[in-house]
Amino acid sequence: MPNERAATAIATSELRRTFKGRRGTLEAVAGIDLEVHHGEIFGFLGPNGAGKTTTLRMLATLLPPTSGEAQVAGEDLLRHPDRVRRKIGYVGQVGGASPDVTGRSELVFEARLYGADPATARRRAQELIATLDLEVCADRKVKSYSGGQRRRLDMGIGLVHRPELLFLDEPTTGLDPQSRARMWEEVARLREAGTTVFLTTHYLEEADALCDRLAIIDHGRIVARGTPDQLKREVAGDVITFGVRGEVGTALELVRSEPWVKEASVDGETVRLYVDRGETAAPSLLRLLDSQGLELLTLSLSRPSLDDVFLRQTGRSLRESGPAA
Amino acid sequence: MKLAADTWLVFQRYFSIFIRNPAWVVVGIVQPALYLLLFAPLLKSVASLSGFPPGGAYNVFVPGLLVQLGLFGASGVGFNLIAELREGVVERLRVTPVSRLALLLGKALRDTLTILIQSAILIALAFPFGLKLQPLGLVVVLGLVGLIGLLFASISYWVALVLRDENSFAPVIFTAALPLLLLSGVLLPMSLAPSWLQTLSAINPLSHAVTAARALFLGHVGTADVAEGVAIVAVLAVLAVAGAARAFGRAIA
Repeated sequence: MPNERAATAIATSELRRTFKGRRGTLEAVAGIDLEVHHGEIFGFLGPNGAGKTTTLRMLATLLPPTSGEAQVAGEDLLRHPDRVRRKIGYVGQVGGASPDVTGRSELVFEARLYGADPATARRRAQELIATLDLEVCADRKVKSYSGGQRRRLDMGIGLVHRPELLFLDEPTTGLDPQSRARMWEEVARLREAGTTVFLTTHYLEEADALCDRLAIIDHGRIVARGTPDQLKREVAGDVITFGVRGEVGTALELVRSEPWVKEASVDGETVRLYVDRGETAAPSLLRLLDSQGLELLTLSLSRPSLDDVFLRQTGRSLRESGPAA
Repeated sequence: MKLAADTWLVFQRYFSIFIRNPAWVVVGIVQPALYLLLFAPLLKSVASLSGFPPGGAYNVFVPGLLVQLGLFGASGVGFNLIAELREGVVERLRVTPVSRLALLLGKALRDTLTILIQSAILIALAFPFGLKLQPLGLVVVLGLVGLIGLLFASISYWVALVLRDENSFAPVIFTAALPLLLLSGVLLPMSLAPSWLQTLSAINPLSHAVTAARALFLGHVGTADVAEGVAIVAVLAVLAVAGAARAFGRAIA
């Protein structure tokens, strides 16, 4: 167990990055305050051009911030980028393996760059090849790899020195659903091993399925943050739709006065309820209807998606922003 | 120590990629060999003109050809770095604790070694034509050509890191290299040139390298010409290596 661990894996204050272009100054990251805890999977969700990659590059020592401060893996990013580098792994959007060499030689080379002796480097490469299921292709040139194999190798390169914090930039963009599910498994396995993961994504499903907490970023600013459930609850709570035998208006009058109902309306033959927590409201509703002798015909419980969150915060749907080119 | 170890690691990696395709050594030597076979014979009659340096056509031409090999052989190496920027390789290496200077030196020394191998082949090819060279002169000449290779490989990587695009890289690098070549007196000695051209040539660092190389082929190892040529190239190489290493530290894909 590493001792003297800092309280948080990442803490930033007013982190900012501007780029000077021909048409003036672009503020790619407009002052971000972040806190990522040890051992969690933290997601950065946002459309293309929102500032996700720029933030990641700054935190991974690749790009100096224009202003602001950051502690990464317990080290001061600005004062000791060299110390940060020893503790983090980084898997960029396009990977970073050379097409003309074998996956195994890339893993060995990477381990050697972190100071491993040749025998240790070969052993570590073999370990990663086994855990990441790369046996079939480890000794072939990287250019012959499938998309999923390539991405798993990229991840192996990032993990060679057992970093306590791993950055993943759009880890599943361009992968087929099967390979994506495989990558999710690998990321989840990292959490079990205690590795902190900071990932960016523009896939709602990915953020929802994988992340313990996330921040939604748009135009270089964090517009919302929390666990996926918290975020969705902040927007509208849950939605319960039900139908009863008989007069729908009676049912509406009945539920409207209940304290756990935030809002109720009639929608055709059904009643729509907005509640804070669907899982506790549904049983209450059943008991209430039962006590009044109303027979329930249909009942559905739905949750707002992260897209609703994004829509609420930015006025745009993330799905409409489209996937990466 | 760490710098040397890192440089060695990076060098090994790129050398092993290169050695898997040794055809590039041969391809790189074809052009200078053609100059040797198809152009140098023309100089035999020119060599009798007054103002032509001493030593015979081949002893005047081959040193220049080696400088040309160093210049053109190294200037194109930035191409593969642009590909590596796109593939994320540079970014991946920059996240590791590896020294930024080692990232540059490891690659540039691989290129330097390539040029030295090609130079040795070229010199061997020229002996049947009557080239004369002392062992000490050979060693110093190879050192000089190696420095030229290191200089232009570093500049090439530097330009590649700044432009990050093949379409602008090629015209920039070759447009810059051509006047350097023409004003160095490689093809014909600058002693035959009008005075304004000689003035331009004097401010071209490569013409001093060519002068030094010619002196070395005549066995004049300890002369001021040699010291001056080697010193100029060495200082420029150090500056280029430092600049390119800094660019490596800043590069984003």
